[in-house]
Amino acid sequence: MDWIAMATGFILILMGLYGALTNRNILRIIVSFSVANTGVNLVLVAVGYMRGRTAPILDEAVPMADAVTRIIDPLPQALVLTAIVIGLGVTALMLTYAYKLYEEKGTLDISKCRDLKW
Amino acid sequence: MIRRFAVFLLLLGLGAIFADLLLGYTPSEELNLTARYYAEHTAQDLGAANIVTAIVVTYRGLDTLGEVTVLFLTATIIGMVLARGRKHRALQRQLPAAGELLTTGSRLLVPLILLLGVYVFVNGHLTPGGGFQGGAIVASAALLLLLTDPLKRFSHRLIAVMESVSGLFFIGLGVLGLVYAGGFLDSRVLPNGAFGTLFSAGVMPIIYSFIGLKVGAEFTSMLTHLAETEQS
Repeated sequence: MDWIAMATGFILILMGLYGALTNRNILRIIVSFSVANTGVNLVLVAVGYMRGRTAPILDEAVPMADAVTRIIDPLPQALVLTAIVIGLGVTALMLTYAYKLYEEKGTLDISKCRDLKW
Repeated sequence: MIRRFAVFLLLLGLGAIFADLLLGYTPSEELNLTARYYAEHTAQDLGAANIVTAIVVTYRGLDTLGEVTVLFLTATIIGMVLARGRKHRALQRQLPAAGELLTTGSRLLVPLILLLGVYVFVNGHLTPGGGFQGGAIVASAALLLLLTDPLKRFSHRLIAVMESVSGLFFIGLGVLGLVYAGGFLDSRVLPNGAFGTLFSAGVMPIIYSFIGLKVGAEFTSMLTHLAETEQS
């Protein structure tokens, strides 16, 4: 199970990078970055997974006393919670700049934006 | 062509590194030192059932403060970038009506979605969920309203007031922890209460509720700014 999740995460990162590097349309590049971002989150969560254990929430099923032997690592989950929110902020910023660029140039093709290229 | 080849080579190299990582990875059989500390001490020290929430709000509360700041900056920059040089022109084309299903459905669903969002962030210390998730759910109600009527406008003043007030309360509760408990953002300002009930874990649910309100307001402001570009 942890294998599948981690392999999927790595494949998603590669797919996202491939899309970001080969596409010319800015919106497609943004989608590719989101895919890669999801892959990174998946890998991080998969690192914290342990076979046969449950979520780090204590209740009747997981009493306080044997929490250490019953729960998975809570730290990657807290990290990924942060990463998801920051990823959303980054995506929103990228979309805003894409909109502004379209307004300015009338195109979403990145190869036509040559202001910083010489 | 040569560009494609370079991309292919780069991805091949990265793929090789990832494959090596994957093959060399052995899942750990027991918790490491940090995780063990959290598993053993969270319930007694802080009284929170959800250990992830205890880490996010209290143990690494400063991290969360930084995260909320990043979100705030994002929302501000989006507002600034989109508001600059906006031409107030009337919409050129006529928007088609939203349709009976979407209009009636959103009228039914928006209060329920808001309720679910509030439930998720109020119970953040007991169930999976919390301020960020609940805030996103609250903002999705605003998204549904915008889908129904793309020209609908939310009050920027209300969003800004909600956002700043909840931010101030978040910091204020953190400073109270500095005075009455162990340090900045310590949740033990209030007594821990009975384990597993709504009023437990000190100020943790209160802080997470304010984070939820703040995140909801920030997401809504982002959505509103992006939706208002429809007019220019």
